[in-house]
Amino acid sequence: MSTVDYLELLKLAAPETIVVAAAVAVLFVDLVIMRDEPMRHRLLIGGAVTGLGCLVALLWLAKVPVHAAVLGGVLVVDPLTQWVKGIVLVLTLCTAALSLHAKFTEHVGEYFTLVLLATCGMMFLVSSDDLLTIFVSLELTSLCLYILTAFSKRDRSSAEAGLKYFLFGGMAAAFTLYGLSLVYGLAGTTNLRAAAAALAGQGLTPLLAVALIMVVIGFGFKVAAVPFHLWAPDAYQGAPTPAAALIASGSKVASFFVLAKVLMLGFAGVEGSGAWRQFSAGWAPLLATLAVVSMLLGNLAALAQRRVKRLLAYSAIAHAGYLLLGLLALANSDGRPEALAALVYYLATYGLTTVGAFGVLGVLERVNGSDRLEDFIGLSRRAPGLALCLVVFLLSLAGIPPLAGFFGKFYVFTAVVGAEPARLGLLWLVALAIALSAVSLYYYLQVLKRAYVVAPVAGADRIVLTWEDRLAVGGLALAVVLLGVFPSLLLSPLGAAIQVAGY
Amino acid sequence: MLAWTIYLSFLGAGALTLLPKENARAARWVALAVAGAGAVVALVGAAAYPAGSGLVTVVRQSWVPALGIEYYLAVDGISLTLVVLTGLAAVSGILFSWNVDQRPKEFFAFYLTLIGGVYGVFLSFDLFLLFVFYEIAIIPKYFLIAIWGSTRKEYGAMKLALYSFVGSALVLIGVVAAFIVARTHTGVASFDLEALAAVPFPVQFQCWAFPLVFIGFAILAGLWPFHTWAPTGHVAAPTAASMLLAGVVMKLGAYGALRVAMVLFPAGLHFWQREVALLAVIGIVYGALVALVQKDFKFVIGYSSVSHMGFVLLGLATLNEIGVSGAVLQMFSHGIIAGLLFGVVGRMVYDRTHTRELSQLELMNLSRGLPFAAVTFVVAGVASMGLPGFSGFVAELQVLIGAWGAFPGFALGAGLGILLGVAYLLRTLQRAFFADAPVSSRLPKAAPAEFEPISMPERIGAVLLVGATLAVGLYPRLLLDLIVPSVVPLVQGLQKGAL
Repeated sequence: MSTVDYLELLKLAAPETIVVAAAVAVLFVDLVIMRDEPMRHRLLIGGAVTGLGCLVALLWLAKVPVHAAVLGGVLVVDPLTQWVKGIVLVLTLCTAALSLHAKFTEHVGEYFTLVLLATCGMMFLVSSDDLLTIFVSLELTSLCLYILTAFSKRDRSSAEAGLKYFLFGGMAAAFTLYGLSLVYGLAGTTNLRAAAAALAGQGLTPLLAVALIMVVIGFGFKVAAVPFHLWAPDAYQGAPTPAAALIASGSKVASFFVLAKVLMLGFAGVEGSGAWRQFSAGWAPLLATLAVVSMLLGNLAALAQRRVKRLLAYSAIAHAGYLLLGLLALANSDGRPEALAALVYYLATYGLTTVGAFGVLGVLERVNGSDRLEDFIGLSRRAPGLALCLVVFLLSLAGIPPLAGFFGKFYVFTAVVGAEPARLGLLWLVALAIALSAVSLYYYLQVLKRAYVVAPVAGADRIVLTWEDRLAVGGLALAVVLLGVFPSLLLSPLGAAIQVAGY
Repeated sequence: MLAWTIYLSFLGAGALTLLPKENARAARWVALAVAGAGAVVALVGAAAYPAGSGLVTVVRQSWVPALGIEYYLAVDGISLTLVVLTGLAAVSGILFSWNVDQRPKEFFAFYLTLIGGVYGVFLSFDLFLLFVFYEIAIIPKYFLIAIWGSTRKEYGAMKLALYSFVGSALVLIGVVAAFIVARTHTGVASFDLEALAAVPFPVQFQCWAFPLVFIGFAILAGLWPFHTWAPTGHVAAPTAASMLLAGVVMKLGAYGALRVAMVLFPAGLHFWQREVALLAVIGIVYGALVALVQKDFKFVIGYSSVSHMGFVLLGLATLNEIGVSGAVLQMFSHGIIAGLLFGVVGRMVYDRTHTRELSQLELMNLSRGLPFAAVTFVVAGVASMGLPGFSGFVAELQVLIGAWGAFPGFALGAGLGILLGVAYLLRTLQRAFFADAPVSSRLPKAAPAEFEPISMPERIGAVLLVGATLAVGLYPRLLLDLIVPSVVPLVQGLQKGAL
């Protein structure tokens, strides 16, 4: 292996390095300097250092464009990965802003450090074309998220959720590792592109099929696709709200992006087809199956939920289904740039929307102490601004224009149908997805109905919002509206980035 | 300039949410000013439109270049007619909801958002943009009914929202498929309706895409058997919302069916023409028959809307110039008349008597208690029956002539529907207002005086709508000069595409 220019490596990995430095700084500041300060100050300072770290990393991403791969794909930096990392950082920033009122822990330093380390793992995940680094960064992210899930130590459901998430995640890691090792054994390389090149022309051998299924199962756990979704409702429910927001947004963005890369680059040549009546083996029909069951189960199970976090968890499962459809569009190399842009746009807007929804939930939980549907009653009277933001987030999740969620869905659906344009072979999947979005409006309206229609119970007073809440939730709502009305704000640079990155 | 109808409505909605506190007076006046300004813009725009000048671009800008989506607003005679209708309906709806005291700010904010979406649909000539506006109109409808409605309001609101959303889901499937097929065929990504209409979609594709998109839109137009949201929704809705629902929202469906489903897939229309006409006629007769036996005053009007919208769909299905122009004129005419009828039932009668049961209204001697309401209802009723001199006559006559040319059997069915219309309206009129039967002697003599008098806003709203239907009825060229020059090339295109 060639020698490494460490200075160059540091430059390429600067954003990640900054995030790690911020993680260490947060720990140091909190444990050494702020030890005896009141909680409020510690949270503010911890949040500020975290935010600062994210902002500096973002600034670096924006100001220092680089395009290189070192160590044969261990670290790949191109404009597209920079964009995805930027999205992850923004989501972390919002999560940090939502954490400023955390009542679930006294361990402020550890909390923010874990958030930052998870983010660092996601960033490396986005940036690697190599099986080993993919696995290591996946584990870094996961381990931090397990701990964050169980971070509310006094709360039994948090501990339960953490354990459940951990056990499921450990299984998933085993599957992933097994699958990846099979790929290595078959191809003799850990680089995705090289592996695909080494396996080219062999078609889907039985061993490769096993590897493919293992990898998809492993990532299926990460992105909470049915039938590997069982941890999600409990983890969302039990985890402290900001941690749940991070699991639902940042981690999802990174996992989907890397799954896209693994399938598109590593399993190039065994795409198969999920087109109606033209099925052929490969990862496309596999994903199509997962997408169908995820959309069905996610949307139908959400109808029965009485707790909003669980409702969001099932809605996340349904959205994982839509996103798996988006991955399906990558199978055809002709429409790949469009499909990739659609996928990243969807991921970004979905992440922002979810964090926003969790932000509203967090405020309500602070006031009411729980997230039952009944706690939303009269929200429009108690906090009109917050209720309006909730409308924006939930309707965006339901896919109502002019919000970002609508355009995301629309773009993904066109990309999917466009991937098989001759006979519209994939239209059946899109038709199913659109039909199920219509179902989803019902359960989102159940929440909004309580917020707007049902009269507040006597004695429920106005909810006072802090400036952090206003800034974070309001900013997110504004972003969801703006990205929905002007999708080109994100799409144009994404398109250019994808072109430069050469997909 | 016409684009300001949209912007004004949305800006007005935004301004209302920013109003300091629950000041009903201010909210009302702001809403009226905004809707009035919108109506003036619409009327001036219609007057300034040189008849027969085809499609006139209002705004055209690239919006999402990656998919060739444009922000493209344009008008022709058909859309102008409906824009004017929206303006009139919006103003009169606000006049008829002058007494809304519960959360007035939000009421008018939702109301104006709905209006903005409706204007947007009628002005869009980019398929994506049209769809966006079409969906924007769904959510305000839900809240208007669920919060301010009456009888089973949450059920009616949810049913309406889900029906609309299912309809738009069908449309969306068709839109995505049509876009991909067109892009594969021409190599250019575009949602421009004219460009899409020029694409020769394969006949086999049209044969399944047309019913998908057509039904998707026609659900909102009250096409039988997908009409069941309409009576429950209309009845549950507050007066202004039912005026808008029947007045303009049902027209959104018919407009979409014409502008998108028919224009893009003429061969599909040709293939399904008889079936569409059959459903339309069933809707006409069925709606009228059901209206004949209703016990609730508002349900009568609700089902009559299903019946009258059947004429619109029948006219569209005739595929000839006179039938299609009749359908467009019927959209305008029914929008005005249904608005008026709902205004009388919901605001003038129900808000004062607090009942809509015809059997109870019989006892109240309303012709003497509320003479203005009675007169207005008589006028609206005869207009709705299609008596000469009112817009309904011109419109339904044209549809019948068109239908006679295309399918004489169905024209007979539609004629039967008109007769039934006379029957249920006379029955309702008699029972609600003129039941001066012996039973009235059981009431104290002072009974008629106990109702609060019809207020000025109501009078103005009623006069506005009666004036509109009379004007068009007496001088149909007012609108036909707008409509026909736009319909003629459209129908020729349809006939050519069908071959």
